[in-house]
Amino acid sequence: MIITSDVSKSYGETAVVDGVSLQLPKGGITSIIGPNGAGKSTFLSMISRLMAMDKGSVTVDGLDVAKTSGDVLARRLSILRQDNHMTARLTVHDLVSFGRYPYSKGRLTANDKVHIEEAIGYLDLTALSGRFLDELSGGQRQRAFVAMVLCQDTDYVLLDEPLNNLDMKHAMGMMKLLQRAATELGKTVVLVLHDINFASWYSDYIVAMKHGRVAAQGPVADMIKPEVLSSIYEMDIKVHEIGGQRISVYYG
Amino acid sequence: MQGELVMEGEKKRLSRPALVLVALSLVAVISIALFMTLGAKGSWSFVLSFRGKKLLSLVLVAYAVAVSTVLFQTVTNNRILTPSIMGFDALYVLIKTGVVFFFGVSALVTIDSQTQFVVELAVMVGFSFLLFRWLFLGEERSLHLLVLVGIIFGILFRSLSQLMQRMLDPGAFNVLQDTLFASFATTDPTLLGIAVVIVAITSLVGWRLMHTYDVLSLGRAQAINLGVDYKRTVAIILVLVAVLVSVSTALVGPVTFFGLLVATLAHSLIGNSKHLYVLPAAILLGIIALVGGQTLLERVFAFDTALSIIIEFLGGLVFIVLVLRRSAR
Repeated sequence: MIITSDVSKSYGETAVVDGVSLQLPKGGITSIIGPNGAGKSTFLSMISRLMAMDKGSVTVDGLDVAKTSGDVLARRLSILRQDNHMTARLTVHDLVSFGRYPYSKGRLTANDKVHIEEAIGYLDLTALSGRFLDELSGGQRQRAFVAMVLCQDTDYVLLDEPLNNLDMKHAMGMMKLLQRAATELGKTVVLVLHDINFASWYSDYIVAMKHGRVAAQGPVADMIKPEVLSSIYEMDIKVHEIGGQRISVYYG
Repeated sequence: MQGELVMEGEKKRLSRPALVLVALSLVAVISIALFMTLGAKGSWSFVLSFRGKKLLSLVLVAYAVAVSTVLFQTVTNNRILTPSIMGFDALYVLIKTGVVFFFGVSALVTIDSQTQFVVELAVMVGFSFLLFRWLFLGEERSLHLLVLVGIIFGILFRSLSQLMQRMLDPGAFNVLQDTLFASFATTDPTLLGIAVVIVAITSLVGWRLMHTYDVLSLGRAQAINLGVDYKRTVAIILVLVAVLVSVSTALVGPVTFFGLLVATLAHSLIGNSKHLYVLPAAILLGIIALVGGQTLLERVFAFDTALSIIIEFLGGLVFIVLVLRRSAR
């Protein structure tokens, strides 16, 4: 379980994340939703130690993120952000191999190689494994990064807007894949999502943030309701039930 | 290492990086052989020991510039900045000028050059460490800001040095200028011994961090995600870079674009970003450029000090091409 208590971050006078205390359940998919500037990405960055907190603490299965060595955490929790600008020129296989770095520090064992091939196969990248990342489409590159994170084989996988730059088909494929990772591999997936319909369809638990605070949280049935969503996004949102799924309509 | 995978897949023929390294080693060895023997007259023992010292300085400079530039580009995660462009060697000149300005020219002459070098090194490492810690270890900053800050610091250091140099009396200025002139033909032989020791120590520390370089080149977020102790590792690497730049500047004076030239060529020749290949390639390219270039100019064209100008010209061109390519994207 990920427990955050009173996590805060401010830039100058503006509090971006303002005293967030949460318990993110173990297992399944948890989505963090909310309007732009709500502090979702900042919050995720602090959970994953990419950004220092001004105040508060985060523990992952009892390990304090600020105090535990990076090495140990890298085998428990992985994070993938939306922009993965890098100067390094790598093949898909090279990139996925980095997922084993926390275990083998660059000297790949036979076991590592099995994990690498599995992750590449899991994301259907076998045919592309020798290609350089700069020769891939945005969606393929995104999949390669997800393969690396899965290859890292951590209990917790944190993703910041993993559907960015993906078309409908690939977005659906990505969410299906994360769902499989949660059910088949027993991962706990926490992701920041903008599309509330994807959140509704695939999440087990939803946290809504607004102005740096938690505005609401709960299972899908409690969260995807017109009154809850309308107050979070400050707009009129209708929710219809279609084939047993709650779909929000907010296009005009 | 990860290189083994490549080799396994292509057991029958050598992989491209391996081929490049073999070819570069050959050219480097030929350059060194020609440098030592071409046009030699008189006693061989004198020629070899005289040229051997020069060769050693050139190789040390090539090594120091190549390694410092590649590592600097890795930790800052960009391919345009180099320690020199960020004003590292301008800082060295400033320190040296400051010594003459505040303690008089006698400080340069009376204190033996090795002690001076060690003190300069310490100041340089301390100062650049503070500067680059502030720049690179805080929150992430944009590349544009870094380039601007680097250029402005470089100009500031250079202007301060020039101001002090103008206020010196001409005699002191002469002595100072002599120690600061960038020249591959006349290196400072008194510093060779200590330079070898220092480079050996930095290489040892650098070798132990070898496994982190590839991970660091994925960027800060991925490096932290994969469990690298980012602040500590980057801080150590920046110190290594500062030490190596000090060594090369002390030996031959400031060179701005040489590092960029060899690092860029090494990356494009090797074709991937594995430091196991890129680092040796950059070092070999540096040796070829300096030793081969010096041989060509001294023995074939009978010029003397023009090598730094040619290398800087080529490096400058590479810099402009890189900047233009970046802005075109």
